[in-house]
Order: sequence, then C-alpha cells, then structure tokens
Amino acid sequence: MRESARRPLWTVLWSWDALVIVALVLVIAVGTSTIDGVGTPRFYRFVVLEAIPIALIALPLTLVIITGEIDLSVASTVGLTCCVLGQLWHAGVTSLPLLVVLSLLLGAVLGALNGVFVTVFGLPSLAVTIGTLAFYRGLAYVVLGDRAVADYPVSWTRRMISPIPHTTIPWFVFVVGALALVFGILLYATPVGRALYAIGNNDVAAGFSGIAVLRTKFWLFVATGACSALAGVFWTFRFASARADNATGLELSVIAAVLLGGVSIFGGRGGLVGVLAAVALLGVLRNALQLADVPANDLTIVTGSLLILSVVGPNLARQARDRLRRRRPIPALERTQ
Amino acid sequence: MKRFIDLGRNAVTPVLALSAVHKSFGAVAALREARLELHAGEAHALLGENGAGKSTLVKVLAGVHQPDAGSIEMDGRPVAFGGPADARAAGIAVIYQEPTLFPDLSIAENIFVGRQPRRSLRRIDTAAMRSRAAELFDRLGVRMEVDRPARGLSIADQQLVEIAKALSFEARVLVMDEPTAALSGVEVDRLFAVVRALRERGAAVLFISHRLDEVFALCQRITVMRDGQWVSTDPAADLTVDQVVRRMVGREVSALFPKQDTEVREARLVVRGLSRAGYFQDVDFTVHSGEIVALAGLVGAGRSEVIRAVFGIDRYDRGTVEVSGRRLPAGNPRAAIAAGIALVPEDRRQQGLVMELSVQRNTTLPRRWSLARLGLLWGAAERRTAQTWTQRLNVTAARLGAPVSTLSGGNQQKVVLAKWLSTAPSVLIVDEPTRGIDIATKAEVHALLSGLAAEGVAVLMVSSELPEVLGMADRVLVMHEGRLVADIARAGATEESIMFAATGRA
Amino acid sequence: MITTPAPVRARGAATFARRLLVARELGIALALALLVAVTTIRNPRFLSAQSIKDLLLGATILAILATGQAIVVITRNVDLSVGSVLGVTAFATGVLFKDHPGTPIVLALLAGIGIGALAGAVNGGLIAAAQVPALVVTLGTLYVFRGLDYTWATGRQVNAADMPHGFLSLGTRTILGVPVLALFAVAVLLIAGFVLRSYRSGRELYAIGSDPDAARLSGIPVGRRVFAAFVASGALAGLAGVLHAARFGTVDANAGLGSELNVVAAVVVGGVAIFGGSGSVYGAALGAALLTTIGSALPVLGIDPFWQRAAVGALILAAIGLDRVLAVRTARRLRGGRARDA
Repeated sequence: MRESARRPLWTVLWSWDALVIVALVLVIAVGTSTIDGVGTPRFYRFVVLEAIPIALIALPLTLVIITGEIDLSVASTVGLTCCVLGQLWHAGVTSLPLLVVLSLLLGAVLGALNGVFVTVFGLPSLAVTIGTLAFYRGLAYVVLGDRAVADYPVSWTRRMISPIPHTTIPWFVFVVGALALVFGILLYATPVGRALYAIGNNDVAAGFSGIAVLRTKFWLFVATGACSALAGVFWTFRFASARADNATGLELSVIAAVLLGGVSIFGGRGGLVGVLAAVALLGVLRNALQLADVPANDLTIVTGSLLILSVVGPNLARQARDRLRRRRPIPALERTQ
Repeated sequence: MKRFIDLGRNAVTPVLALSAVHKSFGAVAALREARLELHAGEAHALLGENGAGKSTLVKVLAGVHQPDAGSIEMDGRPVAFGGPADARAAGIAVIYQEPTLFPDLSIAENIFVGRQPRRSLRRIDTAAMRSRAAELFDRLGVRMEVDRPARGLSIADQQLVEIAKALSFEARVLVMDEPTAALSGVEVDRLFAVVRALRERGAAVLFISHRLDEVFALCQRITVMRDGQWVSTDPAADLTVDQVVRRMVGREVSALFPKQDTEVREARLVVRGLSRAGYFQDVDFTVHSGEIVALAGLVGAGRSEVIRAVFGIDRYDRGTVEVSGRRLPAGNPRAAIAAGIALVPEDRRQQGLVMELSVQRNTTLPRRWSLARLGLLWGAAERRTAQTWTQRLNVTAARLGAPVSTLSGGNQQKVVLAKWLSTAPSVLIVDEPTRGIDIATKAEVHALLSGLAAEGVAVLMVSSELPEVLGMADRVLVMHEGRLVADIARAGATEESIMFAATGRA
Repeated sequence: MITTPAPVRARGAATFARRLLVARELGIALALALLVAVTTIRNPRFLSAQSIKDLLLGATILAILATGQAIVVITRNVDLSVGSVLGVTAFATGVLFKDHPGTPIVLALLAGIGIGALAGAVNGGLIAAAQVPALVVTLGTLYVFRGLDYTWATGRQVNAADMPHGFLSLGTRTILGVPVLALFAVAVLLIAGFVLRSYRSGRELYAIGSDPDAARLSGIPVGRRVFAAFVASGALAGLAGVLHAARFGTVDANAGLGSELNVVAAVVVGGVAIFGGSGSVYGAALGAALLTTIGSALPVLGIDPFWQRAAVGALILAAIGLDRVLAVRTARRLRGGRARDA
C-alpha cells in the first residue's frame, strides 16, 4: 500500500485490489450465466464453507508476509490441531468451549515455536517453517497415527456450519468478518500497521526508529498459529473427522490467495482487501470449475498456475513498463543485500 | 604487466578525455558540456555539490550510461562503451563507496571471479590464482591473506581488494567515489600510499570526495562541476579552499561551522562505566544541556557502538545510562525515545530511513504512537506533523507522498533530522551528521545543531572529520580501542591533541 | 613501497574457515557412523550385506535429488517441484516401456533426463526471466506438474510385468557388492562436485548465492547460470524418476509424493546454507544417507515409525540452528581483534 497525502482516484481504481475485485465479479458473472449450479444459494454456501479456513489463516499470514517473513507450517498446524482435538475428545474432554480454548492455546504455542526460531535464534523463516511443516505434521501422525476420530456429537457439526437465518451462508462467516475487521484496522489505521510496513521494507531502519522488530514478528507468528488452530477447529467439526492428514496442502491455497491478493512476497507492500477478494475469487473459481465437471486434479493445476501467475505477472508488467519508459534496469549500485 | 607510457611523453595526450558530454534523463539534464581530462600518473579531484553531475559522470565513464552527445577519448582515440564490461576492458575501473564483495568466496576468488586462471581441461588453477592475487597485493604494498573468505573484512580492506581487482584488470584509470567516507586516519594514509603507488605505475586516479583537506593533500589537479557543467580545472597548488568552495556553490558561503557560544547548563545525559565485551570498556561521560560534545576517534574505536548502546539498539554488559536524572533500561530504544533521546544514525540509507516509504511516513515513524488517538491513526495528524517539520528544515521534495529514495543525499539527511527533531528530544545524538552531503546542506546542518544547543538540547556528535569536530564542539571526547582516553575542552582542542589521543599516544 | 601493514586479522582465519567447512561434512559423516553403530549394537543384523544394500538403494534416489537441489540452493534458490518431476518421469518411463517394449534402456534414461530438464527449464525460465522468487514458482510447479501427472495417469498403473527384465535388473544388480543404482549416484555426485569446485561456471554459482547483485555487477550471467542450475536440478530429478521405476517396477501417479521435504532436509542437514553461497554436493549426499539410515534405523531401535516424519522435521530445525551458531562464531573469529578487554 503506497500511502501518500492524497491519492488520485485513478490510482485507486487501477490498484491491484480493485483488479482482483473486478476479476471476482467477472468470474461470478461468467460462471452464473454459463455453468449450471453456479450462483445458487447452495453454491455460495459451499464456497464460503471452503473459504473460511483459508481466510482465517490468510489474514494473519498477510501481516507476516508484509513484514518480510513467511509461514509454511500453517497447514500442519491445522492438521496437528485436528489430531490433538481428537485425542482430547477421546480422553474425555467434552466441553466444546474448553476444546476450542485448548486448541487456540496449542496453535499459539506452535506459532510461538516458529516465532522463537525466527526471532530469538535468528533463523530464516523459510527454512524454519519448512522444518516445522514437517515436524508438526509428523507430530500429528504420532498423536493419531493412521486412525481417524469421527464420533463427535452431530449437534456440534450442525452448530459449526449452521447458516445465518433466512440464508444459506454459514454463521461462522461473522467470525471471519470480525477477525478481518480487527486485522484490517490494525494494518491500516494503527501505529502497529505503520510499523509492519516499515519492518517489511527495512527492518534495520525500523529498529533504529524505536520499533520492536523481533517482538512484533514473534507475536505475528503466534497469531498465525492461533488462527490456524481456529481453522483446525472449524475443519474438524465441518468434516466431523480428525485425521493426521487433514488439510495437507492447504498452505498452497492460502499463499496463493495472499500473493494473488497483491501482497509482495518480498514484504513491505500489499493489503487485506485484495487478499480477501482473492480468497473469494479462488473459492468461486474452484467450485465453479467443479460444477463444470472439471476433475479435482485439474483444479490443483489451476491453483498452481494462478500462484505462479500472481508473481510472474506483476514482475513482467513492471519490466515492460520500465522498458517502455526507456529506463534501463540497472542493478542497484548502492544497495547491499 | 603492461608497460605504461611514461609521464613525460604522455604529458600532452591525456589518458582519458571527455568533451562536450551531454546526458539527460527525461527532462532533467544531468550533464551539460561536461569536460574532463586525466593524465597518466596524476591524482585528479572531481568536486561538486550533490546534483552537480559527478555521479552521472562516473557512470558515463563506467559505461553504465551512454552519453547523449559529446565524446570520450582514450589516448587520443575515441571510444564508446556499450556497457560496464566495455569500460572495464578499456582499462577504466570504478571503486564505489560501498564495495560489493562476495562474502563466501575467498579474496583471491573475489578478485578473479569470472576470469579465474585455468589449467588442463579448462579447470580452475587455484594455485596460480592465489599467487597472482598475492602478487597484486605486493604491488600495492599491503599485506592480505588471499585465502580467507571476504566475509567480515573491514570497509578499508574491502576497498583494497577492489583496488587489487582493478589492478588485475590492468586498469589505467581508477575512479574512486568517496573512498575515505568510512575510513579512519590510519586507513586513509594507507589508501593514499596505495594511490601514490598506482600513480607511479602510470595510472590516473580520479578522486571524488567532499573532504577538501584530503583532496588538497592527495591531488595534483582539481576539477569543479556545478549544475551538470564543468566550471574549472586548475592545479591544486593554485587554489585555496575558499576559492574551491565558492566555485562549487557559486556564491559566498560565510561560515562553514557557525558555532554559537552557548551557556552550558545541567547534566542531561550521564553515562557511567558502560562496558560491552569486545567493543568498549568503562566509558564515562556527561553531556550537558546546551553543549555540543564531539566523540572522536579512529574507525573501530567503538564510538558508534557506544552510542548505539546508549540508545538501546545494542545491549551492554555493565554500566548505567541516565537521562535527566532517571536511569534508562538497557536495550530498549522505545524507552530511550520516551526519555527524550534521539539518534541520527551513521548510515541514512540502511539505518536512518526506510527508502521505499514516503517522506511523510518516514518523518512520522517514531511518533506514531503519540500521534494516534485511542490507538488509531487517520492520516491528518501525520500529514500535519510531516508538513510542519519538513518545512522547518527546508526539505525540498516533490510532495510528502514521494518515496524518500527520490531525494538527494542532503535532503534525505534533513528528513532524518526532521523525523527526530519532531520528537522534541532533550538529548540529540548524531553519528557522522554531514557524511556524503554537499557543502551548502552541511552548513545548514551545522547551523541547526548550533541552534538546538542554544535552545538547551544536549548534543552528542560522532564525527571523523576533524575540521567539523574542531569547529563545532564545546568538548571533544576521544576514544581509542574501546576506551575513552581524553576529554578535551574547546580551547585545548587541536588536530594534534585529538589525533594523539585517538592513536593512543595521549 | 611497503606501507603500514593492514591490521592483522586472526592469522589462521582462512585456514580456520576452511577447516570449518570440512568439519561440517565430517560432522555428518560422524553422526551417520554413530547412528549405524548404535543401531548395530541393538541389532547386529542391521549391518548385514543385504541391509547395507537396501540402505544404499534407498539413499540413491534421495542422494541424486539432493545433489540437484544443492546446486539450486547454492544459488540462493530452492526447487520444491522435484518430487513432482520424479513422479512424472517415473510414470513416463513406465508408459514408455509398456507401449514400446523394445526400447533400449539408455533411451529410457535419456528420455527421463530430458523430461526432467524440460521441467527444470520451465522453472528456471520463469525464475530467471521474470526475476520472481523460486519458492513461489516451484511451489506452483510442484502442484502443476503433479496435477499433470495425475491427469496423465488417471486410473492407470504400470506394473513390474510391463517393464523389460533388463531394466528392472538395474534396480537389483550389483557390481562387486555395490548396487548399480548406487553407482549412478556416485557418478552424478563426482561429476557435480567436480564442476562446482573446478570450473568457472561452478564457482559463479557460489558467487550468485553469496551476493546476487554483486554477481550481476561483476558481469556474471546470473540469469543463464540460475537457469542452468534449475535445468540441472530438473534433469537429475528426471534421472531419479527413471531409477525409481527401475527399483520399484510398479509406478503410479503418486511416485515421489512429498519427497521434496526429504530432499530439502537432506540438503540442509548436509551443510548447504539455505541462504546460498556455501556448502557442497558431497554434504548433501551425506545428508541423504543420514536421513535414509534414520528411516531404517528407527524400527530397529524400537521407535514408532510414525516418529520418522517428526524426526525429519526436527533434523531440519537442528541443522539450520547449528549452521547459524557456527556462522555467527566464524564471523566473530574472522572479524579479528576488537577493543581489548581489561
């Protein structure tokens, strides 16, 4: 988000966020008119159900990526949370609120572990979270092995995915909405948000300006872990089943949404509006293609391609623009890595 | 080794000659009718304020930019550089302010990267590479372990590796862009000796610097540029500092160091027994409200480390820091800012500013919490603050929303100062406040610091420029190898007394 | 004219640094030896001829993948698509033999390497030309290639019966007790190590990983070299796919699924810095050997095999932590004399 005193309207309209929203509207329009079943209330219900966990994780992950870090372990956190949830249930914990709270705590701890490795030991978050991706998933298998826990009370599942009265949209979307509001205000209108952009562009200078860089990053990892755990809770009860391989590969969808939403993988740029629109876009696209009888496998290809496109596209566009302006891209002579 | 034509026969034909060179970027003419002549065996200074066109000229020489008009000739023959490789092949080497070596490769590999000597089966001949590298350093008269990785080398040593690399290219013209900016006295001497060695072998050295005393010590001729145009070229012996400054600025610059006399009041910053293993030991000093205290010493003496510890960026092992009588917790810049300390760091690009963010965002960053109402920031308060302070410091920028990277060095430094002054500090610590900025802005900064002291701010200034130290400071603290070895009052401060202390001979 | 000598940095700095790098590879070798020793004490049959052969066979594929990955990681990139490339080429090999029974083995090898190289070219092209982070691109191609593999292989499966006997025997034959497959790995390792150490293009890869901007300024063709690194990684993944088919005979679309994690683990454990610029393919291969041995050793040591995945993750964390500690200590040593203490 390039902030300035007053942005001319045309730059707002031409911004990445707007483009994603336009794409979303287009896809919905085209899909509704050409594919049977798209655009129905039932369709939107499934889109939202699928999008909820992705959105829950994408919100804090956006902030993490803005500060220049990354967290690949989110899907493993979801899986581990599901398994621990299953074990707790079998161990006799029957109070739903308690289970939720314990899961959130677990997520926070898992996120904190990532945070400690990155901020206290100073390790690169890419390597750390590849490690914890494997480690947490491994722990999920240790906890639950090959089994599945599927004997939760049906009422819980019903409660989790029950719709808002007079609509088909699950009420849980309000939880996502509330979180989106919190993270949005945090990013756009608080000193913390200002600090995040500073950190993402130059964390040394941010430190010299009195920003507690490491502490900020640490809490972002904790938040990501907690939100991933919440997504795990939702996942478990939506499918009424906890298995060690739950949510395998979910990180692809989340990262694809974040990058497609205009957040730069290098940090320092991007915002939540585009990300939420991208989550919706990917969800609608996936479900629409499914209804069009495109095999599930091809959807993976589409998601993967979109991910690549979301980073290649802007870069190529920038290079073309530079060439048009006849400004030859010269490697930065003053900048050191 | 190539034989260079001796100075006598070549006194007429310059090694390198630029004439009537024009270079524009869009509507901005960076160079107009630029001229330069370098003779073999001379050290030639290129002076000019920021925006005078020096860096564009260097980039044209380096082959990074192609001139829109005009000619470049080497040994009387016209040449054209399609890119940096061409310029290098022609024998022009540029040493930038921040050398870029490969930290993981050895020094020898750094020198020969991309053109390592080969043996049978086109394999790299490491033994030959090592001995050739050692031979290069012999020629320069310095000792260097060619097998060690480049990681951890001091800037001074990195520069020497770059010079050795240039030598390995049989460079006939060496362009040095602000080479002494990060060097201490001893290292500058060593660099000058190396330059003399290069000159004796017939190379021409183009020396770009803002340190006039060094320019006069090292160079035979001085070329002055202003507003992209050539102003004059004269033997250094025929010029005075005042004349040079006047030509650079185009007007009278009255006092370079407008130090006012101020009344020194109560102790504002008290540091006792500050120690950090490996960096500094038992540092005691006091800065009073209204005084300017300079912290002098050689590079590596620990000055920047001390002030970073005082501000809280780094931790320390022992000792106390008190501001206005209250003890400051260690390692907590936020607490330091709350207590009234501001730190203008050494490196404005990497430490002082977030280059991609706007002038407004940079200016209001340390005050983001105090400007917020109920924790929320809506932009109006930030805009007002940025407007006020950039105006007060005379920052020239297109608009507040422009990224700070588009400003000149002097204006960038002013943004850093604006940013910190807006926090109304009672203690202002500045680290090399005028490094790499033009004369006019330098004077502004000095006037600013004096004014602040007059208003009662306690100013602690780290500086490696002795004239600046002598001109500005009420007291000079000198550090040597991590210890504070001298506290010299203005009256007794001279070049000798400071250098004595800095080199440990006090 | 000799001037004041440069402040003498820690005299043995260079030799210390070199010793350190060698020490890293030695450390893994030691860890490997220790693991084998402990497991053999538990069950002496662990060190029997058959199980050593199995270990070598198991490590081969991973070692070849790790060699390719190391080349990429040294340039400060990563290739997460190797598992998918392996899957595609394994299946392609199976289909080749099934549909064209008389195909010479050499052709199959070349075909696999070719397909892998093509995939690598796609990766390398996108990364070098568009200058986008390898993480994102290869995460995308991981899924795209795997998806293509599934689409191609829908429902189909190639059985051992469909493959020529000569090809399958590659997976079981030994020369002087060493499995032929392992010899492939050794050959790949030696060639890669040789090029990286003794050739300009190899050293340039290290330069690129050490400081990409400086590399560009020095005139190193960064784009071309990075492209080549990814082509190499893809080609080696392709080779690994063919050998996978030779070893297992039965190939479906799931071949190599999830193996990218093991490959990254092998490389990281083997001392190749994730930030590029240092490490060696030998270390990566040792890392692969260590990981494979852990897999076999765990059941023998009586540890629940479900711990293996967690162990891999823990190892990655331990390895990068260790490298960090060592790097900090080395940097401090190399910086030499600072302020003297009291």
